[in-house]
Amino acid sequence: MQIQIDQIAKEFGAATALLPVSLNVPSGALVALLGPSGSGKTTLLRILGGLEEPTSGRVIFDGTDATGMRVQDRRAGFVFQHYALFRHMTVFENIAYGLRARPRATRPSNAEIGQRVTRLLDLIQLPDIAKRYPSQLSGGQRQRVALARALAIEPRMLLLDEPFGALDAKVRKELRQGLRDIHDATGLTTIFVTHDQEEAMELADLVVVMSMGRIEQVGKPGDIQARPQTDFVRDFIAA
Amino acid sequence: MADMTISPPALSAPVPRPARFTRCTDEPRWLRWTLTILVLAVLAVLVVIPLASVFFEALRDGWALAVESLAEPDAWAAVKLTLIVAAVAVPLNALFGVAAAWALTKFQWRGKAVLLTLIDLPFSVSPVVAGLCIILLFGANSDFGGWLVANGYPIVFAVPGIILATMFITFPFVARELVPLMTEQGKAEEEAALTLGASGWRMFLTVTLPNIKWALLYGVLLCNARAMGEFGAVAVVSGKIRGETATMPIMIEMLYNEYLSVAAFTMAAVLTLLALVTLTLKSLLEWRYADQLAAAGGRH
Repeated sequence: MQIQIDQIAKEFGAATALLPVSLNVPSGALVALLGPSGSGKTTLLRILGGLEEPTSGRVIFDGTDATGMRVQDRRAGFVFQHYALFRHMTVFENIAYGLRARPRATRPSNAEIGQRVTRLLDLIQLPDIAKRYPSQLSGGQRQRVALARALAIEPRMLLLDEPFGALDAKVRKELRQGLRDIHDATGLTTIFVTHDQEEAMELADLVVVMSMGRIEQVGKPGDIQARPQTDFVRDFIAA
Repeated sequence: MADMTISPPALSAPVPRPARFTRCTDEPRWLRWTLTILVLAVLAVLVVIPLASVFFEALRDGWALAVESLAEPDAWAAVKLTLIVAAVAVPLNALFGVAAAWALTKFQWRGKAVLLTLIDLPFSVSPVVAGLCIILLFGANSDFGGWLVANGYPIVFAVPGIILATMFITFPFVARELVPLMTEQGKAEEEAALTLGASGWRMFLTVTLPNIKWALLYGVLLCNARAMGEFGAVAVVSGKIRGETATMPIMIEMLYNEYLSVAAFTMAAVLTLLALVTLTLKSLLEWRYADQLAAAGGRH
């Protein structure tokens, strides 16, 4: 799905989180929103997911204005920073949650839900953990379960908030490849937020560098490294 | 816990004395025993002996007399009234408590601090003052109260007033129990449920409620114990009409003042038993669902 961000701004009371920003995300791209904390990247992601309302501007999905669309109707697979797995449900029930929440007419049968969850557990290469609770999983396993839960609703896009932030370096490398593989297999337009420029450059097709609520530069990783357009980008990628 | 003793390895040079390792959190034995006995003694003097003496006094002249005193219509009316008041006040306060905790923890808005203070108010205001406020507002001398009495719905010196007073006094229990927990849990799980397509109501039932159920249960039990035991505010608004507006605590005081000590202590014993039932219920549930409690406690 193609995503257009048209002059989106966001204020929290007196504080400005996003100046009007515009961005075009082509269908099927893997995009990194890169910037230090407080740069507005998470706010932008949450606006796309429908978790925050922009103060002004429009969000357009495949040519249709989706600015006021309810979060439930957006079908955005959202992976939260600390995964936000339902702690009182097993891994199976976590992944099945979105399917069970559908209205009766479009809800799959129990047997079909079981098949889909099994397929997703295979996809994230954790076929044996269906009966465990989130507190019994490692950080990397939780992240993959959160990804499977987001994929279960057959989303139109994947939005990930610092998906590797809480993991150690080795697991981070493995899961980076995991996300790339899942993106390539599903072809979903994928946007992830990160403050780690190495992660952004290695994983993304398109990197959006942000600072202080502004988009500083948009480009392919190589272009940004070779030709930083502003002082901020030069300093940030040199750091 | 016993101190750890490690014997010397057999093959190395002989060590004169086995080394003793003491954990830094271990206190000397005499101190542990002194502290334990001290706590037990205080508990016995403050809690166990007084409670036991209530039952002892009630049964001093035998079961028959105690049962007889309970069979009095006025005594029976007091038990019924107390149960009715708790049955109305506790569910309503559970509802309001969840709503207040929700509003306080899941949203950012001006005036949160004011609401938090208001919730705490019943803890700091004397119950007698609370009762007087209700009389001032709803008594026959006020405009609204006069109108209500004229239309046949008296609040003061009637059951509605007792329920209002009880609700005022027990309002903080559920909210106070939930606010810290819900603050700590944040709202990420709720947001996740919404992005997965759940309606607000479904999100509440399948995510929020299961996450707070133990704290909610605990708050409800505390609220119930206080609702059945409340004396001050109820004494002011009830008018102490025997058989009509006398709850169990009021009845106990009246009986005691009339030197009917067996009746007074029997009623007190029943009230204590009701409280013990709620406590036992809580312990039973905790024991039955220990595994779920452990799972719910796991951090993400």
